[in-house]
Amino acid sequence: MSPDHRPHDKIITMANQIARFMESKPHAEGVAGLAAHINDFWEPRMRRHLFELLDKGGEGLRPLVMDAAASIRRPAAA
Amino acid sequence: MKDFIIPDRDFGTPAAKSKTMVTLSIDGFDVTVPEGTSIMRAAAEIGITVPKLCATDSLDAFGSCRLCLVEIEGRNGTPASCTTPVAPGIKVTTQNAKLKQLRRGVMELYISDHPLDCLTCAANGDCELQDMAGAVGLRDVRYEAVETHFRAKDTSGEANPQWLPKDDSNPYFSYDPSKCIVCNRCVRACEEVQGTFALTIEGRGFDSRVKAGMKDDTFLSSDCVSCGACVQACPTATLTEKSVIDIGTPDRGVVTTCAYCGVGCQFKAEMRGDELVRMVPYKHGKANRGHSCVKGRFAYGYATHKDRILNPMIRDSINDPWKEVSWAEAMEFAATRMKGIQEKYGRQSVGVITSSRCTNEEAYLVQKLTRAVFMNNNTDTCARVCHSPTGYGLGQTFGTSAGTQDFDSVEHCDVALVIGANPTSGHPVFASRLKKRLRQGAKLIVVDPRRTEMVEGAHYKAAHHLALKPGTNVAIVTALAHVIVTEKLYNEEFIRTRCDWDEFQDYMEFVADPRHSPEAIELLTGVPAAEVRGAARLYATGGNAAIYYGLGVTEHSQGSTTVIGIANLAMLTGNIGRPGVGVNPLRGQNNVQGSCDMGSFPHELPGYRHVKNDDVRAIYEQAWGVKIDNEPGLRIPNMLDAAVEGTFKGLYCQGEDILQSDPDTKHVAAGLAAMECVIVHDLFLNETANYAHVFFPGSTFLEKDGTFTNAERRINRVRKVMAPKQGYADWEVTQMFANAMGADWTYTHPSQIMDEIAMTTPSFAGVTYEKLETMGSVQWPCNEKAPEGTPMMHIDGFVRGKGKFIRTEYVATDEKTGPRFPLLLTTGRILSQYNVGAQTRRTENVVWHAEDVLEIHPHDAEVRGIREGDFVRLASRSGETTLRATITDKVSPGVVYTTFHHPATQANVVTTDFSDWATNCPEYKVTAVQVMPSNGPSEWQETYDAQASLSRRIAAAE
Repeated sequence: MSPDHRPHDKIITMANQIARFMESKPHAEGVAGLAAHINDFWEPRMRRHLFELLDKGGEGLRPLVMDAAASIRRPAAA
Repeated sequence: MKDFIIPDRDFGTPAAKSKTMVTLSIDGFDVTVPEGTSIMRAAAEIGITVPKLCATDSLDAFGSCRLCLVEIEGRNGTPASCTTPVAPGIKVTTQNAKLKQLRRGVMELYISDHPLDCLTCAANGDCELQDMAGAVGLRDVRYEAVETHFRAKDTSGEANPQWLPKDDSNPYFSYDPSKCIVCNRCVRACEEVQGTFALTIEGRGFDSRVKAGMKDDTFLSSDCVSCGACVQACPTATLTEKSVIDIGTPDRGVVTTCAYCGVGCQFKAEMRGDELVRMVPYKHGKANRGHSCVKGRFAYGYATHKDRILNPMIRDSINDPWKEVSWAEAMEFAATRMKGIQEKYGRQSVGVITSSRCTNEEAYLVQKLTRAVFMNNNTDTCARVCHSPTGYGLGQTFGTSAGTQDFDSVEHCDVALVIGANPTSGHPVFASRLKKRLRQGAKLIVVDPRRTEMVEGAHYKAAHHLALKPGTNVAIVTALAHVIVTEKLYNEEFIRTRCDWDEFQDYMEFVADPRHSPEAIELLTGVPAAEVRGAARLYATGGNAAIYYGLGVTEHSQGSTTVIGIANLAMLTGNIGRPGVGVNPLRGQNNVQGSCDMGSFPHELPGYRHVKNDDVRAIYEQAWGVKIDNEPGLRIPNMLDAAVEGTFKGLYCQGEDILQSDPDTKHVAAGLAAMECVIVHDLFLNETANYAHVFFPGSTFLEKDGTFTNAERRINRVRKVMAPKQGYADWEVTQMFANAMGADWTYTHPSQIMDEIAMTTPSFAGVTYEKLETMGSVQWPCNEKAPEGTPMMHIDGFVRGKGKFIRTEYVATDEKTGPRFPLLLTTGRILSQYNVGAQTRRTENVVWHAEDVLEIHPHDAEVRGIREGDFVRLASRSGETTLRATITDKVSPGVVYTTFHHPATQANVVTTDFSDWATNCPEYKVTAVQVMPSNGPSEWQETYDAQASLSRRIAAAE
């Protein structure tokens, strides 16, 4: 049952995992931490998938991911 | 001519550590040595060798052979120099008429019960008994041996009950009791050095015999772990490597570094011509101090195994048989394909995987290949699947991704907290050093779901074993901190001076919450609260407390959080920055540390510097004359995801078998199958090669120069002892490929690559091959501030300045048991096999572990009707496989365990794609599974086998 055909599911899982860690920090710090983490470690393709989700309203993403969206670097077009 | 093997000088007894010096006179020469030194060692220091048999400097003095007698002016008798300590002003005589006569008498007795077959003996030329007979001037033996241990039959033809046959049960060494002089060195080595206590002396007086295990045991069936310490200690041919019996004595030795685990033991590769006769642990190796395990000492036969591929091969499709071609043709084919892919799918469509089994120089070149030739940051390494959370967690808290101590530090440790590691299997030489310290009285806490060998063994037992449910590490580590904080066991002075006090306040508020108390998490973790409290108190108040951890910490959804929690514990208690303490990740493969240091990760350049930093990129842009991408590249799981999506098409994979070692095999296979050019660079046609289009044959660690960096940041030299059987060292192959891609690399020796590393990486600035030659090894950071390297880190301050406390909220993994998959599978490894087994399965080590088995608790077995040795089906939501079951209470009810050393088992078909939140390190240690009786291989195993054998075909040469 590999989610091979559902790259967005994986992105949601991974973003939410990071959010769960960052949620234990004060809100502002958590937002900054989440955005920095994604900027530092997620290659552009993954961030593109994330923005595809965010641009459609971010269904399934935890609120902290939404809050951090503005600080996440939007990748250049493929 | 006799001593053509130049042995390391044996000082007879271990060095004394006292700071008080004592001056005495030996044979008229003054000598000054530390208090507690034996007279034998003091004499050896000034070049006077007192004859000896039962003494050797790896073991405590024993005083049984009576050969090392000396006279001391004003004292009675002739004391043994090995057991007599020096004293101020004494006058010692090591040689006079009386001593000569006594020694000759002793030797006469020894020789009267020894077969005098020296010419045909395997130890001829390498025998201390022979040497001592010469040294004492033994010229004849007056005694007629009536009863002996060495004649199979007496003179009347009756069988001699005292004669025992050779024990050849161990695949690597033989025990010939007829040559034994009962010096006890083997027994003591097994106890003192290895700590297994497998050997003993049975009987007394003339009946005394060395015995492995119990009455009916052989060496193989006994507890012997085949570390080779006894063979090393034996002064005669009684315990001899079978390779020496087969080949003869070596004529030269080259010091090099083991290519197995992260301990990084140094060995002398003893050679005759270009044939490796034996690997002998190097006494001056600073990680191993003369000790070894069965892998490094004996399991090198894979280097000459018939499966090794010696010619480059190519094929158009993975359904075709392989075609052997010249190196030039292989390079041309590979470069054309990769260039074609980049033209068609873009710059980002290809990448590399560097190997933690290859040298620093090789890893550096492979990441340079992707950054400077492919022009992207798509590089990753096997550390992704083992210690990437260590990099993240220690980087965040301390400021650098590395263990804080050297291995010698364990000698000063009072409390060892071992979390998610089984060093007796995974890091055996370190385990021996730890066990030695435990026998001296240090306390032990083990956090592990299984009752591993580390929990209890000969003369040690964990004070606390926290047998937690897999996946609850963060809860336990946070509960330990809760106890330390709420019971005020923390080191306030350390925290005030060394850490950020505000962050500590915040952290204290977080952990003090009752929801983190041992009582609150008891149901979750399955660990009695009193045990957690006891462990926390012991860790915080027991003296120097050191944490050693392994993949049981990192390979979880919350791997990075646990590493942070561990760092918090050390900072809370002030256990950082002096001998005997620290945070020590036990690295998996030999060069995991090094491959990470070398910039193998897609987000950082060598020395852990992020690619987003303009100043760092500028260094490499200038050195390499290229523009470096400022975006992080693809990690291994991302590469596979992108391949399945159709955007990643080409991979150069050096020395890693991702198909077998990475989780969720089906996903890996799908990713590889979707690529248009997979280049595998390896010794063997590994599992990944089933999906490859190009195969570059690799060279073994015996065939190249370079360096490995072990778990203590120690840069050790790897030295070429024989020419590469397939023509080129791996760094040369990477260079040929880079040049075929259009680069213009002109390295002629790995030392030039190290010079480039030193020039561009601050923590390596002072490293040169010359320095490694003179110092033996050096621990990074090695630069202007620390020209001789850094054995211990964070002594006066953390690398990042103030230590950073970070909240560690427990988040249950999404991998949960339920009605369909009610058990938790956790995975690990065993002593005799290494990683995916590509090397060790091709050695005699298979006698200890011929297949992977599933450990299951008697209760879980009974309700499923599973008996010992039954074939069982192991299924998860990812896939299923079959293997044999063994029933044991080492695992708790509800937990099953297996290893992944054999490809046929396919344990990773079962593991899922869940991974660490910060680094994507896969969650190998927790998979919800069901187990049921089975008749044979799963459908996947059969299809896989068929595909593998089809894929491994090599077309006959025309």
